[in-house]
Amino acid sequence: MTSWLLVMPIAVPFATAVLAYLMRRAPSGRWISLTGSVLSLVASIALLIAVLNEGVIAAQMSNWDAPFGITLVADYLGVVMVVITAITGLATAVYALGEIPERIEHLGYHALFQTLIAGVTGAFLTGDLFNLYVWFEVMLISSFGLLVLGGTREQLDAGIKYVALNLVSTIIFLSGIGLLYGVTGTLNMADLREAVANAEDQTLITVIAMMFMVGFGVKAGVFPLFFWLPASYHTPTFAVSAVFAGLLTKVGVYAMMRMFTLVFVGDVGFTHEILIWVSLLTMLTGVLGAAAQTDFRKILSFHIISQIGYMTLGLALYTPLALMGGVFYLVHHIIVKANLFLVSGVANKLAGSTDLRRIGGLYKSSPFLAALFIVPAFSLAGFPPLSGFWAKYLIVKAAIELDAWFVAFIALFVGLLTIFSMTKIWGMAFWKPHPDGIDPVPERVPAKIRVPMMLPIIGLAIMTVVIGFFPEPFVQFAETAATQLLDPSDYVTTVLGAQR
Amino acid sequence: MNSIIFTAGARILVALLFVFSLFMLLRGHHLPGGGFIGGLLGAVAFIVYSLACGPAEAKSALRVSPEGIAIVGLGIALVAGLVSFLFGDPFFTGQWYWVGGDSYETSLFSLNTVLVFDIGVYLVVLGSILSLAYAFEEET
Amino acid sequence: MEALTALVVGLLVAASVYLMLARNFMRFLFGLILLSNAANLVIFASGRMTKGAPALVPYGADTPAGVVGNALPQALVLTAIVIGFGLLAFTLALAFETYRRLRTMDTDKMRVAEPKDADEDMK
Repeated sequence: MTSWLLVMPIAVPFATAVLAYLMRRAPSGRWISLTGSVLSLVASIALLIAVLNEGVIAAQMSNWDAPFGITLVADYLGVVMVVITAITGLATAVYALGEIPERIEHLGYHALFQTLIAGVTGAFLTGDLFNLYVWFEVMLISSFGLLVLGGTREQLDAGIKYVALNLVSTIIFLSGIGLLYGVTGTLNMADLREAVANAEDQTLITVIAMMFMVGFGVKAGVFPLFFWLPASYHTPTFAVSAVFAGLLTKVGVYAMMRMFTLVFVGDVGFTHEILIWVSLLTMLTGVLGAAAQTDFRKILSFHIISQIGYMTLGLALYTPLALMGGVFYLVHHIIVKANLFLVSGVANKLAGSTDLRRIGGLYKSSPFLAALFIVPAFSLAGFPPLSGFWAKYLIVKAAIELDAWFVAFIALFVGLLTIFSMTKIWGMAFWKPHPDGIDPVPERVPAKIRVPMMLPIIGLAIMTVVIGFFPEPFVQFAETAATQLLDPSDYVTTVLGAQR
Repeated sequence: MNSIIFTAGARILVALLFVFSLFMLLRGHHLPGGGFIGGLLGAVAFIVYSLACGPAEAKSALRVSPEGIAIVGLGIALVAGLVSFLFGDPFFTGQWYWVGGDSYETSLFSLNTVLVFDIGVYLVVLGSILSLAYAFEEET
Repeated sequence: MEALTALVVGLLVAASVYLMLARNFMRFLFGLILLSNAANLVIFASGRMTKGAPALVPYGADTPAGVVGNALPQALVLTAIVIGFGLLAFTLALAFETYRRLRTMDTDKMRVAEPKDADEDMK
């Protein structure tokens, strides 16, 4: 049965994609997509319950024993990412009911979207390195499609940059896999842990580790490999950019966390030291880049980069507390960032643009939306008692415990600059009057579009607040996840001993 | 392209290629061949046809959209994986039913999920190669 | 044989880097194709180059007879080639569409998605 618990979160979105494509011209297509998203969430919660009860669970596909077959495995980190993916998927599927026009639905929007979710989920669950590459490609090809769907000039321009840099990163990742196989003769991640530790040529292993760091680094958008991200995330439809912002870069971070706690731990002093500096520069360049922008989504895109820095910092510091902070940050950030992009979509519908200089007056005419913006925005900046505060608190505390005062200072300083950006959006989009004298009241948008667009924003904001006020269970969960990452003996024995 | 020899020859060539692609698909599990190579050959058949008689006629000969073929293939492949649930095996475990015997040597032929999966792969490859090929043909 | 393969991989990467430094997107794409072939060769070589029969199990036996080539890297390379082919074909289609709409292949001129006044600052 475990096998099926692990398969369902991947199989359901795939099946939904097939059905949604066949029904893409019928009005029922979008409802199939929505039902599929609900079922995915059910499947992933079932998996979560199983992991909470039994610890790490693994299954061999097609009954081929590890390390020869493909293993699916869920530990605490993997399963929480699957659940949060399903939640984000559901939120954006509801949002899409309001936002996505029929013209784009007919091109197969829902099928591509569900394939993307399947790819992301697969990447979180797989225990085989080559299989991870395949899931990356599934994710990539559907994200290419989603990015240029509709085919405006801006989208094509952004698509070229996104596609080109992501393909380069994929090829570097693939070469890394090839070399690693040449050295160790295995690609099962649990098996690799021992094989890499016993490899004769540790220098070559470090070189391969750096190839993986670059490959995943491009996906995650860390300094200096992030240029594709702010060049593309502001062009597709808002539902798409929300799901990109929430999930895609996090897959890179997740893969990094997995590989640099499970496999490449032979030379932590070297690899993780590099990662510390990369993280600090990522945080700073991201937040400074955002300060120069005046487009709602461009500011948010640069903030993704700066926040990625915190997550990789959690990995780089490599203490139980820091990793715990990193995991907590990962989950919190997906919810908050997806929500901010969804808010920008509503702001665009109401005020007519995402260029902050050309909109305004949203606070006066739509105070409810303003309140919903405040929650994720302040959570992003790390205000207590919202979820972002606890995430930042854990990471800064971990830095201070290591006497890394400089690191802690940068982390706090970047938080301060984040507030600056968020108040800029607040001041320009919500506070100042609309430059064209338009009164952007919500009633300008028909309820049929407005309601599905507002519902997910409300839901995600409630989650942010709940995590903020009752962080106990979430922090404990992150603690267990971090313990499992630092001591993966459970993971290794479960994978290599898993039958059926 | 308007070469009479090519147009006349293409009809026979297309039929041969297509039959050969099905042959490759069906012998796939025990001998070299399989869904992937079969799908490629099938796509080549349609591309030859569209070179000979023009993309419009090739499309009407295909009757359904190539993207539709690919996505249906994906669905068939997925179903082939899910069948093993009924038998209590892990995802994608091959299920075999031997007709007139109990093993490869003694039976006449077998019904199995591996072939179903291969048919899915065949359709995915055929559909996606054709949709890419048509994308370029339309633009030139 | 390994040394020769390593040399070929090196040459391919060198050529692809040269191509990818060009401003023209088509050259970049050709560089990408060479690079992806280099990666495929790396995987292929990592399975060790042995003189051996194809890894096929003879009729009625459980194990292959004699020395056979390592089948796993070949399977991996096949997968990687297929996926790479799909992605590169998609990218070519995207490049074609972009050329049709933007009327340029010069990546320096592809600034449609950038904010307008950032362009003016640069001039």
